[in-house]
Amino acid sequence: MSITCQLSKANQSTGGVKWIKKPLCFLILCGLTTSVVIVLLIFSPLGKKEEACSCNGEERVLFRHQNVTTTEVHALVSFFSDSDQVTSFECRKEFSPGMWSNYGITCSLNMRLEKQETKSCQERRVVAQRFFIPDRGVPWNLNPSGLGHSISPEACVCDNLEQSLLQPKEPESHGEELDWDLSTYLRNTWWWLILGVLVCHKIFVFHSKAPTERKEKVFLQEPLAQKQQQQRGQPPFKGAGRWRKNILLLGVIAGVSISIWWFWDTNEEIISIRRETLANMCDERARVLQDQFNVSLNHVHALSILVSTFHHGKTPSAIDQKTFGEYTERTNFERPLTSGVAYALKVTHSDRAKFEQEHGWTIKKMETEDQTLAQDFVPENFDSAPIQDEYAPVIFAQETVSHIVSVDMMSGEEDRENILRARASGKGVLTSPFKLQKSNHLGVVLTFAVYDTILPHNATEEQRVEATIGYLGASYDMPSLVEKLLQQLASKQTIAVDVYDTTNASGLIKMYGSEIGDISEQHISSLDFGDPSRNHEMHCRFKHKLPIPWTAITPSALVLIITFLVGYIFHEAIIRIATVEEDCQKMMELKARAEAADVAKSQFLATVSHEIRTPMNGVLGMLKMLMNTDLDAEQMDYTQTAHGSGKDLISLINEVLDQAKIESGRLELDNVPFDMRFVLDNVSSLLSGKANEKDIELAVYVSSQVPDVVVGDPSRFRQIITNLVGNSIKFTQDKGHIFISVHLAEEVREPHNIEDAVLKKRLALGCSESGETVSGFPAVNAWGSWRNFKTFYSTENHNSDKIKLLVTVEDTGVGIPVDAQGRIFTPFMQADSSTSRTYGGTGIGLSISKRLVELMQGEMGFVSETGIGSTFSFTVVFGKAETNLPVTKFERFDLAIQELKGLRALVIDSRNIRAEVTSYHLQRLGISSDIVSSLSMACTCVSKLGNLAMVLIDQDAWNKKDFAALDELLNCSKETTGSPPKILLLAKSATPVMRSEMKSSGLIDEVVIKPLRMSVLICCLQETLVNGKKRQPNSMRRNLGHLLREKEILVVDDNLVNRRVAEGALKKYGATVTCVESGKAALAMLNPPHNFDACFMDLQMPEMDGFEATRRVRDLEREINKKIASGEVCVDMFSKVSSWHVPILAMTADVIQATYEECMKCGMDGYVSKPFEEETLYTAVAKFFEFG
Amino acid sequence: MLGLGVDRLQADINRLLTSLFHQGVLDEQFLQLQQLQDETSPNFVYDVINIYFDESEKLLRNLRLLLMDREFSDYKKIGLHLNQLVGSSSSIGARRVRNVCVAFRSASELSNRPGCLRGLEVVEHEYHYLKNMMHELFQLEQQRILAAGVRYPM
Repeated sequence: MSITCQLSKANQSTGGVKWIKKPLCFLILCGLTTSVVIVLLIFSPLGKKEEACSCNGEERVLFRHQNVTTTEVHALVSFFSDSDQVTSFECRKEFSPGMWSNYGITCSLNMRLEKQETKSCQERRVVAQRFFIPDRGVPWNLNPSGLGHSISPEACVCDNLEQSLLQPKEPESHGEELDWDLSTYLRNTWWWLILGVLVCHKIFVFHSKAPTERKEKVFLQEPLAQKQQQQRGQPPFKGAGRWRKNILLLGVIAGVSISIWWFWDTNEEIISIRRETLANMCDERARVLQDQFNVSLNHVHALSILVSTFHHGKTPSAIDQKTFGEYTERTNFERPLTSGVAYALKVTHSDRAKFEQEHGWTIKKMETEDQTLAQDFVPENFDSAPIQDEYAPVIFAQETVSHIVSVDMMSGEEDRENILRARASGKGVLTSPFKLQKSNHLGVVLTFAVYDTILPHNATEEQRVEATIGYLGASYDMPSLVEKLLQQLASKQTIAVDVYDTTNASGLIKMYGSEIGDISEQHISSLDFGDPSRNHEMHCRFKHKLPIPWTAITPSALVLIITFLVGYIFHEAIIRIATVEEDCQKMMELKARAEAADVAKSQFLATVSHEIRTPMNGVLGMLKMLMNTDLDAEQMDYTQTAHGSGKDLISLINEVLDQAKIESGRLELDNVPFDMRFVLDNVSSLLSGKANEKDIELAVYVSSQVPDVVVGDPSRFRQIITNLVGNSIKFTQDKGHIFISVHLAEEVREPHNIEDAVLKKRLALGCSESGETVSGFPAVNAWGSWRNFKTFYSTENHNSDKIKLLVTVEDTGVGIPVDAQGRIFTPFMQADSSTSRTYGGTGIGLSISKRLVELMQGEMGFVSETGIGSTFSFTVVFGKAETNLPVTKFERFDLAIQELKGLRALVIDSRNIRAEVTSYHLQRLGISSDIVSSLSMACTCVSKLGNLAMVLIDQDAWNKKDFAALDELLNCSKETTGSPPKILLLAKSATPVMRSEMKSSGLIDEVVIKPLRMSVLICCLQETLVNGKKRQPNSMRRNLGHLLREKEILVVDDNLVNRRVAEGALKKYGATVTCVESGKAALAMLNPPHNFDACFMDLQMPEMDGFEATRRVRDLEREINKKIASGEVCVDMFSKVSSWHVPILAMTADVIQATYEECMKCGMDGYVSKPFEEETLYTAVAKFFEFG
Repeated sequence: MLGLGVDRLQADINRLLTSLFHQGVLDEQFLQLQQLQDETSPNFVYDVINIYFDESEKLLRNLRLLLMDREFSDYKKIGLHLNQLVGSSSSIGARRVRNVCVAFRSASELSNRPGCLRGLEVVEHEYHYLKNMMHELFQLEQQRILAAGVRYPM
């Protein structure tokens, strides 16, 4: 994991997350390899089991062999018993039991042991032998019938004993061996794996380091070159690719080497097993051969003893040629390996004549060239033996070799030597192999000396020679001997056997064998035929060459295939990764470009919109100018259309500009305190015209919990509201209502604790599907529109100085089709293409609104049902105003509010919710109100409600009959309380004619046109309640011309041009203008008494600037006023004006706050921004001339 | 000349004005100025513009003299002149002149002599351009009035 972490860390700069996967892949690959190795290792012991099975097979062979030996014993016993010579045999056995028993049984058991444990080491054999050595002394009970049994139980006992001896060791060692093998394999593999991982990591680190270094270098060299940047991006990828390829190559090489190593290992094992098998088989054969030969040798020995006993020991001899021949013929099965036996007598030269005479034949000499027991030659043809010290003429011979009777064995070189050695050693002696005449096979002759006395074991050579009376010879046919033997053994087909006589080290004499087989791998085991002077060897080899080692090839080939497959897969994967990375790179580039393009687009839009605005202003200005010229009606219409279109275009451009600004993140929100209710009033008055045109009821409600002043961006807030309401008006057709409501988010968070009456009614919790609405037309339940707000229920800002407002705009319009609801906030996207045809617009407004809301940390949502309407909701976060200072936007209303405060009103409205809205508006003016739902209801309760100042009746609740009753009641109360309550009718729309009609009828004091808003309400109430001033709000808007007509105005400016312009402008409105060009002159002019009604003063003038001049003027005025007040001077002197204060207005180009404050400080009354505009001039001047 | 060109001349005037607005040479203030002109003062615009040119000519001359002086250091005076120029320019709605003057003024406030020299040149250039344009405009106006004045006996 640490490696992975490191790797990922190292690569975070370049590759990102996907890099983590690569080492993982590699680890997985390693894991895979390990598991494969483990699985194959588990399978490999099976081979060993097979081996064990083959051992068993061999064991079985051995048993068979043992059986053979037992049958042989049986045969011997039966023969002896048959020929009535058992006793002598028994004697003989008792005579030398040790040698006999030891020999045969030890040998066979030894062999057996060796077979049993193919893998057994020398040590174990030693144990076994040690175990058998004490057995030597065990007296042999040669019970003829029990012999076979006695051998086998012995073997069994031995087996058992040996097993009991070896068992604790054997399984342990076996298990250990296996364990060791497996654990070493695993450990080795693990070490290799860890090493591999470490190496890979090193390589990886190196590789990942190198590109970053390169990167840095490149970065330092050319930080700006785009192409270099691209190259910078590429090296890590290339490096990574190379790294991966290296890993892959490493993996493949590892896989290949594992497979090769495996093959080599298994093959080696196979070869060693084969070699071992060969050695075993060879040893087995050698031993069997040796054994057989020895058995046969013993028989010959026995024969010699027989001869000595019955021929020499008995007089007269019990044996003659016939008996000998018969006996040997009959016991030939005992010596299956001999081709014939003969007995030669030792005859000294002195006895020769006597001997020849006795037997009736002369001793014949053996031909040197055929010193064999050949058959096809006639002994009579032989020359008689030359005179020698001693002769060894054959007197008895087996039938097969009867022709050698009378041949002197001493005459043959080989035989003579043999005889001499035999009698000297007292043991069986072998000749070197030679060709037998008869069978043309190689053979050897075995010679035993026959002594006339029983010699002790330690008899000297001389004694032996002395005691010698004859010689017994037997010829062995080697090939047939070996062949016969091999016939009995298993797997004779697979093994080729050669037997060599190696007495003469320089020249090996081959006694048996063939040329087949691979000589390169052969096993040599020595043979002991009981003749110490002669050495024999057995060479074994397989007949067939080593078969193709499929067991080694298959798994390694599999590993190889798996390696290549995995390698191929990984290669493909690497290529894929590379392409994907490349693609990703491309995508990133494209993405960057797209983003850049997007930014460029926004910037372009912003710039272009801005640039369009300037000429558009020109166009609009020109159009306005054109409209001021003499145009006929048609032309006027065209121009007005053009002007209207231009205005639309400007507003569109402004919207686009907003959008672009928001998108490019350049829109910044103001943070100023403002009154939300005032903003909403503004919006509703702005849109009331349109709403009234369509006969839609527009209502605004702000929850009482919303603070008066909040801190935010009023203009943007207004933009959002205007947008939504504008949309609603656009999509609402001549019926229903548009209802704007503002609540605190906390208010609606818990639906069951809502206290606000309007909200309660709207949501209509728990009763019907839709709540009560303003107009009575059904609307969509607003709850749905804010239900999905994410931040709505979060209480993050709960305690901070922020407040979260929830604004809903509900309409009863056409609604938004469900399929279009998803894209409603996408810029330039309307519900469907026909929308723009039907209703116009570009579809950018909602998108801007949403963005703005998001900028204000809010959310926007909506619910809509086709045919019923839509409800848009949004939340905004505003700051709480630090102090509860009222925003000085409408001080002019303050007075009125003071007047109206504390009054009581009765609202009669059939719709409760609408009544609540009315009540809210009255509440703002400090008027408390009661609500009744109808006129008749009002009749019943009006008496209880004393001291009513006004009764507001909705148009819907109006009817003359009921009203008459109410009116009466009210008039009654008039008598008690004083003035009767004023009756106000709330109407959606009313033509002036209608209004005057109503008023003149005397029933109604005033008609209030909805939507209700503070200014309207105040004006109406003032008009009706405060009887003093009959002042209509609209009358304020008088022509500027009237204000300035006949006024004397002084313009002070050093700039001639400005002077002229100002003069021209003021003159146009009928003022009489006097111009002076410096502060001093102005001072002179304004020194009372004078006739000027106002003075426009430039601020920046040489010598004496506007501030200074004003200050001086004010000083002068103060002085004069003081004088007048104190009566020092007569008022008449100053044109009968008691208090001099000429309004001085600053003219300045830069209208900054500081300047404004300074102006005020030095006694100015206002200011006009320099290039005169009608509006500003009007507002500035109006203050002073309104009542003049 | 024969009264047939009235419309054409008017169109020319409008086109010229539009292009001037487009270039930002003039702004709405000029329109305001034009609106001030009525029967009582038929040549109001012409007069004002002429005054403007006279005044500006003087100011520019002074500025040039001031700046050409080797041992010149009276940036305050330059500022005063420029204030005048800015004021009158914005009064008649000569927007570009006003803008370059503002730039010039900021250079003078920094006592940046090369900047001032460059500013002066730019101001002069703009001023002359405006003068030419205005001249053209007034000529067209003249022609239009002449053409409009032609009456044919019916």
